Amino acid sequence: MTVSPPTTRATDLDTAAYALRLGDDALVLGQRLCEWAARSPTIEQDVALLNLALDDLGRARSLLTHAGRLEGQGRDEDDLAFLRDEPDFRNALLMELECGDFARTMARQLLVAAYALPLWTALTRSTDDVLAGIAGKAVKEVAYHLDHARSWVVRLGDGTDQSSRRMQTALDELWPYAAELFEADALTERLVARGVAADPAALESPWRAMVQEVLREATLTVPQPTWRPSGGRSGRHTESFGFLLAELQHLHRSHPGASW
Amino acid sequence: MTTVAEVRSALDGVHDPEIPVVTIEDLGVLRAVAVDGESIVVTITPTYSGCPAMETIRADITAALARHGWHDVTVRTVLSPAWTTEWMSETGRRALHDYGIAPPSLGPGMPVPVQLGRRPPACPQCGSDDTEELTRFGSTSCKSLWRCRDCREPFDHFKDH
Repeated sequence: MTVSPPTTRATDLDTAAYALRLGDDALVLGQRLCEWAARSPTIEQDVALLNLALDDLGRARSLLTHAGRLEGQGRDEDDLAFLRDEPDFRNALLMELECGDFARTMARQLLVAAYALPLWTALTRSTDDVLAGIAGKAVKEVAYHLDHARSWVVRLGDGTDQSSRRMQTALDELWPYAAELFEADALTERLVARGVAADPAALESPWRAMVQEVLREATLTVPQPTWRPSGGRSGRHTESFGFLLAELQHLHRSHPGASW
Repeated sequence: MTTVAEVRSALDGVHDPEIPVVTIEDLGVLRAVAVDGESIVVTITPTYSGCPAMETIRADITAALARHGWHDVTVRTVLSPAWTTEWMSETGRRALHDYGIAPPSLGPGMPVPVQLGRRPPACPQCGSDDTEELTRFGSTSCKSLWRCRDCREPFDHFKDH
């Protein structure tokens, strides 16, 4: 029997590529957060970080499923998560950087959550119904993520000499990577015109306002970045990313089709 | 001829696997039941994006309906409109309370505040309002952990969402 392949329109492929970016952001950050399992400073934070990771992974599943369907090549969430190599991933570099200490983990959570809140708020109005549906759930969840990150950045920033120093160091290191979140390109321009995507550039100002307010309360200094790393959206990743994928993917690849 | 009412009645036996005192209907997770001849479509929605109970709930629905002789069952998951604690029934809220979990402070039809709810829940053990949050993130995504300053008992609170 001959089955003709489903016709995939260019617009579907655009939306698929965008859903893949969002899905990879969520998957990779969720995987990083899981590294804190059984290693957090307190049992409450162990539970909290894994709750955050669970939200990220849940969102990743919906987004990757959506990307796979629109792509039309029969790939499901598992194929996309476990069977792609580094250059095929489209997450921003900020998501994949190593967790480092607890201050660095919380600094990233703040930078990401303050971006995610305006992003998902905007996407609740997406003309893509599935993205709008995912956004409706995400916007409630990332509000918790922002609240959690804010309380820790303030507590550590306005804490002891050591906690303040480590929080400032973490911010200084991570801050330059945030710029990539607000980069527009031909894909986002086409999708913004169709009302599918949120305009990345328009998210920077609410992000900056939110982060600066937290840093003020935390008596931390807003970093002045001197470089601007980028490349995640086009598949150029950092060295540590390969190790993250190895841990994420090895079971699935070593035992194809395994179940329990 | 199968009716929606019969199917709904069979689904009364499907409980949240992590909070077994409430049914999926009480929680607002059960969104719709459609019957076409002997073919049944049950629509559910997750409380949180990553809720790990969804797989079990799907399996429990299929099993419950199979016990009544219905085998042509499809369980659909929808994300929109997003689940809210406003959909929890009064029966569900009472069951949570009696089980030792403080129910969400938002009841059906109550307006959702712009800010995340900060009103402390009453202790489900002694009824005191003098309670404090220990951590926003409890044993499941949908619960936070609290302590009563009067009776000193810790308790779970089903978060407003």
